Amino acid sequence: MSIIYFLIGCSMMLALIFLGAFFWAQRSGQNDDLYTPSMRILLDDEPDDEPKK
Amino acid sequence: MKQTATTEKTTCYHCGDDCLTPTYFVEEKQFCCQGCKSVYEVLSASKLCSYYSYNDHPGANRANINHRFDYLNEPDIVSELIDYKDDNITIITLYIPQIHCSSCLWLLEQLNKMNPAIHYSRVDFLKKQLIVRFNHHQMNLQQLVELLNNIGYEPAISLQDIIKKQNAPEKDNLVQKIAVAGFCFGNVMLLSFPEYFGLSVYEQTFKHFFGWINILFSLPVVLYCGRGYFISAWQNLRIKKLNIDFPLALGIGVLFIRSIVDVALINDAGFTDTLCGLVFFLLIGKYVQKKTYYHISFERDYRSFFPVAVNVLTEDREKPVPLAQLQTGHRIIIRHNEIIPADAILLKGQAMIDFSFVTGESIVVNKTLGEIIYAGGRQTGEAIELEVVKSVSQSYLTQLWNNEAFTRKTDKSAQTFNEKISKYFTVALLIIAFGALLFWLPFDFRRGLAAFTAVLIVACPCALALSTPFTMAAALSIFDRNLFYLKNTRVVEHMAGIDTIVMDKTGTITNGDANGVELNGELTVRQQQLIYSACVNSIHPLSRMICEHLGEMQRMAVTSYSEFAGKGIVATINGHHLKIGSGNLVFGYFAATSGLTAIHILIDGRYLGYFSIKHNYREGMENLAGLNSIYDMYLLSGDQDHERKDLLPFFGSPANLHFNQSPQGKLDFIRSLQEKGKKVMMIGDGLNDSGALKQSDLGIAVTDNVNNFSPGSDAIMDGRAFKKLPSFLRFSKDTVNVIHFSFLISLTYNLVGLSYAVTGKLSPLIAAILMPLSTVTIISFTTLATHFLAKKRNLL
Repeated sequence: MSIIYFLIGCSMMLALIFLGAFFWAQRSGQNDDLYTPSMRILLDDEPDDEPKK
Repeated sequence: MKQTATTEKTTCYHCGDDCLTPTYFVEEKQFCCQGCKSVYEVLSASKLCSYYSYNDHPGANRANINHRFDYLNEPDIVSELIDYKDDNITIITLYIPQIHCSSCLWLLEQLNKMNPAIHYSRVDFLKKQLIVRFNHHQMNLQQLVELLNNIGYEPAISLQDIIKKQNAPEKDNLVQKIAVAGFCFGNVMLLSFPEYFGLSVYEQTFKHFFGWINILFSLPVVLYCGRGYFISAWQNLRIKKLNIDFPLALGIGVLFIRSIVDVALINDAGFTDTLCGLVFFLLIGKYVQKKTYYHISFERDYRSFFPVAVNVLTEDREKPVPLAQLQTGHRIIIRHNEIIPADAILLKGQAMIDFSFVTGESIVVNKTLGEIIYAGGRQTGEAIELEVVKSVSQSYLTQLWNNEAFTRKTDKSAQTFNEKISKYFTVALLIIAFGALLFWLPFDFRRGLAAFTAVLIVACPCALALSTPFTMAAALSIFDRNLFYLKNTRVVEHMAGIDTIVMDKTGTITNGDANGVELNGELTVRQQQLIYSACVNSIHPLSRMICEHLGEMQRMAVTSYSEFAGKGIVATINGHHLKIGSGNLVFGYFAATSGLTAIHILIDGRYLGYFSIKHNYREGMENLAGLNSIYDMYLLSGDQDHERKDLLPFFGSPANLHFNQSPQGKLDFIRSLQEKGKKVMMIGDGLNDSGALKQSDLGIAVTDNVNNFSPGSDAIMDGRAFKKLPSFLRFSKDTVNVIHFSFLISLTYNLVGLSYAVTGKLSPLIAAILMPLSTVTIISFTTLATHFLAKKRNLL
């Protein structure tokens, strides 16, 4: 059953990586504005040359 | 008087208002004014007409906008406004109140198509902010702001940029702390399960291993996440105050030390999962309590309402000067729609000043040359020249801010229930803990210590600490849904404790605009002209309203004119004899007209009908009538007392109506009530109420548009929500009852836990069940009860 030491070590490493990723996201401002992107995605990109009516 | 509609009703393609004239017409599209039309032309020239395809009429009305941005060339001002500047690039964050739909978002992020000097523009929708990065060699700030203005998105620029400050990310890292606590809580809980389910003899080595890993996990929880509680408890102890953080910090500390001792010395499981859960839930409570309204500011004062700079005349040249540098003796030019920033003497031009921002009264006041004009008025009409007689901060209106009410710390003195109760709670907790220790000490030292720590662990007021934030957060979101915005959760409790309500009149209980004149009877144009010629001579508000109602007309020669105070006008005009006024004057006796002020018209002895003036009280004013049985109601108005009779039913006694009040007078009146031990709520709107709002225990600013100016206050109420005021007051009392009740629930849990704890035989399993159970009960009870009560008060 000593494998448990190894498994717990691995799972903790993984969890710590995710925690680190969250910290990184928080620090680089990815969670600052959670509302605007939801509207932005509904707007179409349009070709520059021909204007739409 | 009826106007027949000759034009078919069309709506403006840009803003959706009714088009009154067919003049503004481009590409089969109708516009209501030149402003809207020009915005369309700018957009179509840049091929950005998809703006109109995302929403119908996305624009704002542009009829009355006339602003100058010369001052944005002053380096001093520019450097205050921008976020970042290097050799080529400038980054600025602008606050644009107009942002309201996806079209706005789309257009503002396409700015680079209109001017290639703009590299990048990004909208933050909830904060109504636009971040622009541009090349300042090809385009200066003034051009950028003018571009925005041309497409209908005028940024609100103010040197006292509170909105920006308010939205600056706070340094407490609460979200990160919650993440760490949640991470540790989850892991510790999983690693504790084996112990709770029982480990066989053969697996005992794991027990030690799990125990130490758990201790490891709880280290960051105590040292990083829970640090705030220790600091706060210590700071309060130093000023000899016991707040709720003290028992919490004590609980966290004891849990941690006891867990280490258990694991290291007696090879037991310890209480690490309770510890992590406790901190995790507490932090969530803190997070919920923090509600931020990105688009509303509660701290505005005169500076955010005055312009950034004003044009000063030096040697016949105009130069924009920042307000702070404006001095006595400066000659300033004020144009149409600009605000007079300091008390000044009128030197040149016709001053028609609209003081609606100051008093709420929207009637334009005429000023003569040489007269002092107080700061805060908005000039309408031609440009005027003035000489400043007092600096901005010393002006009549702004000197209010020098009052001590404004230098006081913002936190009002009244204690919340939580603060009051936690003192007694802590004392009782310590007595029980030491009692248990002393009881066991003579027989069994270890059991005594176990009981002592167990009491502190189990009675840790987690549920108590959570009941207030969760109830208040639920209440806040209910108020929010009803267009009533509170500054923070404490305000709800202050509102429940109020016993006196003071109201401003104009703009607060009445609507600002004076269009409530109605004619009962028929008048020919000539008769209207006669009435206009008579009323235009009078400065009485009712005469002004009639003139406004009739519209601009040709004046006729007045041969005799006399005005009787409180009665009306008798005049001879163009050979006709006119009597305009109350029944007393016109008929010689009092003629009752139900609920209205009536102005009767008699021309050459013939009765032609009457003008009725509806008081534009806000919708639902009648709901307030019942309040004076529960609260002391007062009226503080800057106006004359001609509505005394109509307002009396709402305020009970004539002694409660106070007219002709100055801004300072209002503040002093509130203070005198407070000195009598009253808890005063002030409801006002204009700058003239700001002193009273600040001095009161709870200041509510009423506004018709929350993005517009409103004075600093504890809460901002949308005008449409005014009718719900009685419900708001009752609901605030309900929420306090919810808090009291949830306190009882958490106390019950504590007692159950204590009955285990005092015996010294508290097992980690019971603590681990009891703590989350009580927390979940409290959270669900407070949330459900608050919503139920809101439904009962018709607020949902």
